[in-house]
Amino acid sequence: MTERFMLSRRELLKTSAAGAALGLASASFPISRAFAAAVTVGFIYVGPKDDYGYNQAHAEGAATLKAIEGISVVEEENVPETVDVQKSMESMINLDGASLIFPTSFGYFDPHMLAMCAKFPDMQFRHCGGMWNKDKHPMNAGSYFGYIGMGQYLNGVAAGHATKTKKIGFVAAKPIPQVLLNINSFLLGARSVDPIITCQVIFTGEWSLAVKEAEATNALVDQGADVITCHVDSPKVVVETAAGRGAFICGYHANQSPLAPEQYLTGAEWNWAKVYKMFVDDLVAGKPLPNFTRGGLADGFVKMSPLGPAVSEAARAQFDGTLAEMMKGGFSVIKGPLKNNKGDVVATEGQTFVEAAIELESMDYLVEGVVGSTA
Amino acid sequence: MDATEIGLWGVPLAMLGGAIRVSTPFIFVSLGEAITERSGRINLGLEGTLVFGAMSAYAVAVMTGSPWLGLLAAAAAGFCFGLFHGWICKFRGVNDIAIGIALMLFGSGLAFFFGKPFIQPSAPDLPAIPFGGWSNVPQVQAALNINVLFLIGAALAVFLWWAFRNTRAGLILRVVGDSSDAARAMGLNPNTVRLIATGIGGALAGIGGAYLSLYYPGSWTEGISSGQGLMAVALVIFARWNPLGCFAAALLFGGAGALGPALQSVGVTQGYYLFYAAPYILTLVIMIATSSPSRSLAGAPGELSITR
Repeated sequence: MTERFMLSRRELLKTSAAGAALGLASASFPISRAFAAAVTVGFIYVGPKDDYGYNQAHAEGAATLKAIEGISVVEEENVPETVDVQKSMESMINLDGASLIFPTSFGYFDPHMLAMCAKFPDMQFRHCGGMWNKDKHPMNAGSYFGYIGMGQYLNGVAAGHATKTKKIGFVAAKPIPQVLLNINSFLLGARSVDPIITCQVIFTGEWSLAVKEAEATNALVDQGADVITCHVDSPKVVVETAAGRGAFICGYHANQSPLAPEQYLTGAEWNWAKVYKMFVDDLVAGKPLPNFTRGGLADGFVKMSPLGPAVSEAARAQFDGTLAEMMKGGFSVIKGPLKNNKGDVVATEGQTFVEAAIELESMDYLVEGVVGSTA
Repeated sequence: MDATEIGLWGVPLAMLGGAIRVSTPFIFVSLGEAITERSGRINLGLEGTLVFGAMSAYAVAVMTGSPWLGLLAAAAAGFCFGLFHGWICKFRGVNDIAIGIALMLFGSGLAFFFGKPFIQPSAPDLPAIPFGGWSNVPQVQAALNINVLFLIGAALAVFLWWAFRNTRAGLILRVVGDSSDAARAMGLNPNTVRLIATGIGGALAGIGGAYLSLYYPGSWTEGISSGQGLMAVALVIFARWNPLGCFAAALLFGGAGALGPALQSVGVTQGYYLFYAAPYILTLVIMIATSSPSRSLAGAPGELSITR
């Protein structure tokens, strides 16, 4: 069997649906829509695209592309981080004619996306995360990410004012640099309000494990944490469980305030629409696509949820002040003197790491005040 | 502060709470499977039934505003899935395990398909009874906030244990499960008995799914089960087809599952992946400890395709 004839399940369904539609439509419908588009962009999600979280944030970005003339978007959701994603990419290229693919999940990169980059050197692949390295990886690949740690720092500011027990909690998926930076930023934001605050972290080990996330949230609240945030693919379970236990919540990925309007303080959200539009504009204009794309609050890659009703005046003032400072650019969350939670110095006096500092993308420590371990 | 600082007591408390919170789907699925397997069939499709039950319960609860109607819908959907399995398996040469795997994929796929519009909305929860009122420690109160389904599951386990031994229906079920020939000689139709047994098993699995989506963790997502239906089927063998054993094994699994997060929350943070493997290691250890090369599994129904 050659690749040409390998149909994915999604493609088969789509083709048969298109066939049925053609049969029903009158002859005044000369060509199918897929061929009318000048550029086809593919999006692959690891979970459902309306998960109140990671995938929803990407799908909202992809949705804005659909409105652009001449752009056709193909999407596939629930694709596991296995060889399945390679099949999805192949069928998007061979059958849908996609010339640019965004495999959005962390585990799609190595080896799956890299294999496809080698196989289709004329196609462009951009991966969400911080994995691409120009010395190691091909030039038709690339990575894009936002400095959402800044958003978690602002979450921390709101949490620092709201906590009464001086203990805040973080439900994390895996100890990768982006997650560690978020945990550290959340605590440091809270410590900018009160330096005695500690943050308890629980790793669930997977991006989406509803029952374990609920257990982790309960365990955090049992140990006295009264503001909870998370870094898992779908924060819905964490938000609802924490709200049920009476804790405050800082959101992540997307706006979860409808799930707990009274207890939702604020949240760090992605604004992928901006990033995807940028890539597609370059592609249409025939310009080479950037391989390394980063941006933060000031660039519009990241945004904050509106502050909730439980946020005090003092918190609001500090939140707005810090946000204004960040919008100027050059804000550092990680700055010396700073130790990790094993007592080693990670930043000396006067040493600062601005949001764009590349060192932050290989973070492997939790700062002092975070109760937890990376392994 | 004293009321909120429970320190290391959090671990046993979390395991108790976790056992109660997490075990309910295991209880229902494994009791359902125990009934089915006692009749001589294995229904591996209960994972799919669990997921479909979770979806249908959530969907109906969102649309009607009543979690009880959702529960009913899940049970009805599970009953249909079970009947379907039982009906196909009565044909000659059909392998019940293969059909089960097919139904597992079919149930999950169908649930994902119909469940799309229900990922976002919030449904009303099934009620819980607060048994922790005697304590002024909020953690104890939270751990003893027990859902009615858990209590029903516990009562059901005792009832089934009694009914298998002491009722005519239980006797019929066991005869059919142990020997089709003997059952036919008694004038029973094994296929009909198995059809009903698989249907009831499916209905119970559907109820387990309703607990997942309507109480804990309490929302419909496509990854909600993450294999709990399959684990529950394995629990039945682990529990030697004894309903009380199923109940105990489910509690054990729930409690062991809560160990990882609880230990991290009190600061035991090294090696959490190992703690997450605790339920499986426990199963392996008990399986090895109770296995014997000289006899077959004690309590296994004679007609079961894995032991025949």
